[in-house]
Amino acid sequence: MKHAKTATQNACKLCNPLGACLAFRGIEKCVPFLHGSQGCATYIRRYLISHYKEPIDIASSNFNEETAVFGGSHNLQLGLKNVTQQYKPEVIGLATTCLSETIGDDVPMILREYKKAFRNGSPMPVMIHASTPSYQGSHIDGFHAAVRATVATLAVKGAERQHTVNIFPNMISPADIRYIKEILEAFRLPNMLLPDYSKTLDGGPWGEYHRIPPGGTPASTIASAGSASASIEFGATLEAPKSAAGYLESAFGVTRHHMGLPIGVKASDRFFALVEELSGQPVPEKYEDERRRLIDAYADGHKYIFEKRAIVYGEEDLVIAMTAFLLEIGITPVLCASGGKSGLLKKKIRELVPDLDEGEIKIRDGVDFVDIEDEAKVLKPDFLIGNSKGYTMSRKNNIPLLRIGFPIHDRFGGQRLHHLGYRGTQELFDRIVNMVIEERQNASSIGYTYM
Amino acid sequence: MQNSRLCREGSPELELLIEKGVGIMKEEIGILEGRQGQVFEKKSGKAEQLDISCEKTSLSGSVSQRACVFCGSRVVLYPVADALHLVHGPIGCAAYTWDIRGAVSSGPELHRLSFSTDLGEMDVIYGGEKKLYLSLIELIDKYKPKAAFIYSTCIIGLIGDDIDAVCKKVSKETGIPVLPVHSEGFKGTKKDGYKAACTSLMKLVGTGSIEGISPYSINILGEFNLAGEAWIIREYYEKMGIEVVSTMTGDGRVDAVRRAHGATLNVVQCSGSMTTLAKDMEEKYGIPYMRVSYFGIEDMSKSLYDVAKHFSDRPDIMDAAKEIVSKEVAKLYPELQKFKKVLAGKKAAIYVGGAFKTFSLIKALRSIGMSVVLAGSQTGNKDDYERLREMCDEGTIIVDDSNPVELSKFVLEKEADLLIGGVKERPIAYKLGIGFCDHNHERKIPLAGFIGMYNFAKEVYQSVMSPVWQFAPRKGGKI
Repeated sequence: MKHAKTATQNACKLCNPLGACLAFRGIEKCVPFLHGSQGCATYIRRYLISHYKEPIDIASSNFNEETAVFGGSHNLQLGLKNVTQQYKPEVIGLATTCLSETIGDDVPMILREYKKAFRNGSPMPVMIHASTPSYQGSHIDGFHAAVRATVATLAVKGAERQHTVNIFPNMISPADIRYIKEILEAFRLPNMLLPDYSKTLDGGPWGEYHRIPPGGTPASTIASAGSASASIEFGATLEAPKSAAGYLESAFGVTRHHMGLPIGVKASDRFFALVEELSGQPVPEKYEDERRRLIDAYADGHKYIFEKRAIVYGEEDLVIAMTAFLLEIGITPVLCASGGKSGLLKKKIRELVPDLDEGEIKIRDGVDFVDIEDEAKVLKPDFLIGNSKGYTMSRKNNIPLLRIGFPIHDRFGGQRLHHLGYRGTQELFDRIVNMVIEERQNASSIGYTYM
Repeated sequence: MQNSRLCREGSPELELLIEKGVGIMKEEIGILEGRQGQVFEKKSGKAEQLDISCEKTSLSGSVSQRACVFCGSRVVLYPVADALHLVHGPIGCAAYTWDIRGAVSSGPELHRLSFSTDLGEMDVIYGGEKKLYLSLIELIDKYKPKAAFIYSTCIIGLIGDDIDAVCKKVSKETGIPVLPVHSEGFKGTKKDGYKAACTSLMKLVGTGSIEGISPYSINILGEFNLAGEAWIIREYYEKMGIEVVSTMTGDGRVDAVRRAHGATLNVVQCSGSMTTLAKDMEEKYGIPYMRVSYFGIEDMSKSLYDVAKHFSDRPDIMDAAKEIVSKEVAKLYPELQKFKKVLAGKKAAIYVGGAFKTFSLIKALRSIGMSVVLAGSQTGNKDDYERLREMCDEGTIIVDDSNPVELSKFVLEKEADLLIGGVKERPIAYKLGIGFCDHNHERKIPLAGFIGMYNFAKEVYQSVMSPVWQFAPRKGGKI
């Protein structure tokens, strides 16, 4: 008999405020601030540090019993004052938690009061407020809420349209961010990428302690987002009413170009074609070369992986993009699973893969790792593709795991993994092929030295 | 002379920096007004009284390294390996504590899974009791735990779920102890979480049979079996002829906790977390307790001798203790000398959860020739800090409930070569180009016991002496 399932067991998602803190880390001179218990900030710091290996300071309004009864206004204002004094930020990224949302703190009003009480001539940091109750959605929703709130707070309508694009690349690795920026620069397309934590979460050594690590998208650059000629936004399930590009389109008429994460040749082609169109420049030769090498590698490696069966899990947008990529190289994603629950997972995969055989490919949202493990026992995949949190089931069921995305807590260098574009696809392809080769080599009694 | 914070005066590195015109410390990092009472520098000569302000909630906006009440309860109870640990609340609290500690088990590993009622918006509006009940019934049915701990998170304290009533009902229906842990994050500090955990444990203690337990028996409290440390300690005591009734909670078992009242002595490490339980057991069952530490040769030896002294009517126990110590020290001493040779004169900064650990670490570091320039903790009390003041050298910074900005300031000012802390302190050390030793939940190599002292010295050596620091800006490397 199948067990009833109410509790979440080994969650395949994180909570809303984590995503917001991560996004706020991508704004220059910004301190993320959680309005809630001390533990929220500390746990999230610890979780992010274990992946990024960088100092991640997140302030907290540190609720106590009185705060919970009488409201968080006093603590929040004191906290803002202290953070301003100690960190000297230009921006404070304020995200709420289940606690402050449930007691019903009116954060915008508290911020107005604060600004009134402490305005004394000296410049005050810009306050961005994102509503991120942990009982709604998951970390990815917090991420998008913070990005949208940032743009809604900072962007203004310029005098005239500029030949610039905004790019909202979703929750991707610092290495991916650097690559996207490099591409846009190569196309000579002035751009505003948000959030840019490529340096704040993967930076160099310090000679002094930086209150806030160098890097991030400057507030002044974000301000100009309203006068850009277009926005590019990655994330198949990210809909305009929840997105930064959606906001800019409705508020300032900035055209929103929306697409899934560019993973695989087809998706990357769509991205490069779009940038080509927006910049009016042909694809630079070095990316054509990247593409050629990738197609060549597909040929060289295709037999190792054809008809291999994979389970892919993680944030819905990552799963959707990976599913299309796996199908493009002949791997069957026997289960596409996410802890997220936008309600769009199936629909968006079908859009990308119109000839999808649902008898062969299962799509499930709102799952945890126990669900995925139960499926794995039946589906018997050749490998798993997803974040580190699949390791428990990988080890228990002796199924190899290819680590991608976030978090990667049990391997080194997760922040430097590429996933996007021709370069990221190449890296993923090489890693998948090598995983299969290694398995085969280890399993063989002969000890082949050429594979 | 700002650069002198980073390089010794007259050192070639400093000359080079001055030549390059690199002003490394550009501005003074101050201590927040609300925190000035929590930072203290030991001054020369004065017979001063330390008046440190501690045991209070963290200052709003100060980026404390502490977590919350829930965290305190979770760390104490987590290692009970055959119990179900269900976190009642939205998903975050359970997700961030999934398999978070290296508390290993010799048998069942139910504690390494993460269970949450994963409350959504509707549950918050209409209450989560039903979801809690259903979750418990199905999880107990599936995993057959020996007991269940139900952790209340912040939101439960607001929506008013009667988790006691649900626990009672489920306990009746399933026949296993189902224990509420009142660990709402905002209701105090991490220490209150320790207390809530002890309250739950106390409900289990006394419910098992104590038949056949030796009068020469102990419970090992406040030892969480990180990297198998409880096994090392247990073996020492057993070699001395002492019966170990339970370890709380390292490699913990519900049945062992239930008969813990049969022991005749409680030996308490990590005093902050478990003293409450020891006191309660003393009051209810008349079991005396003593505070110990298993870190460093001195404190480890004392832990064995003190227990042996307690059982003074059995001189063979003391003889066995002496034999263990002399054998282990004979093995360890020459090894430590090798490390001491290269580490002598190096400086360490310590920032850990409990103050008691800092005492041991100071002694352990001194035994390998290192001095301590900063000693701090998240949860120390006035007595702890006074004792720290007595132990520390002049100029040492003593700090309560610190934060990254302060820690960095002091580490740089005091020219530390090593920082000892946990995951959240690690990137501070590495960013600033100094060695680091994880003395927290994530360690994979035992640091307790005599072998632990060797491992500790080795780890310190491996980090402090690594050639990679030559490229660090504080050693004159390019920024």
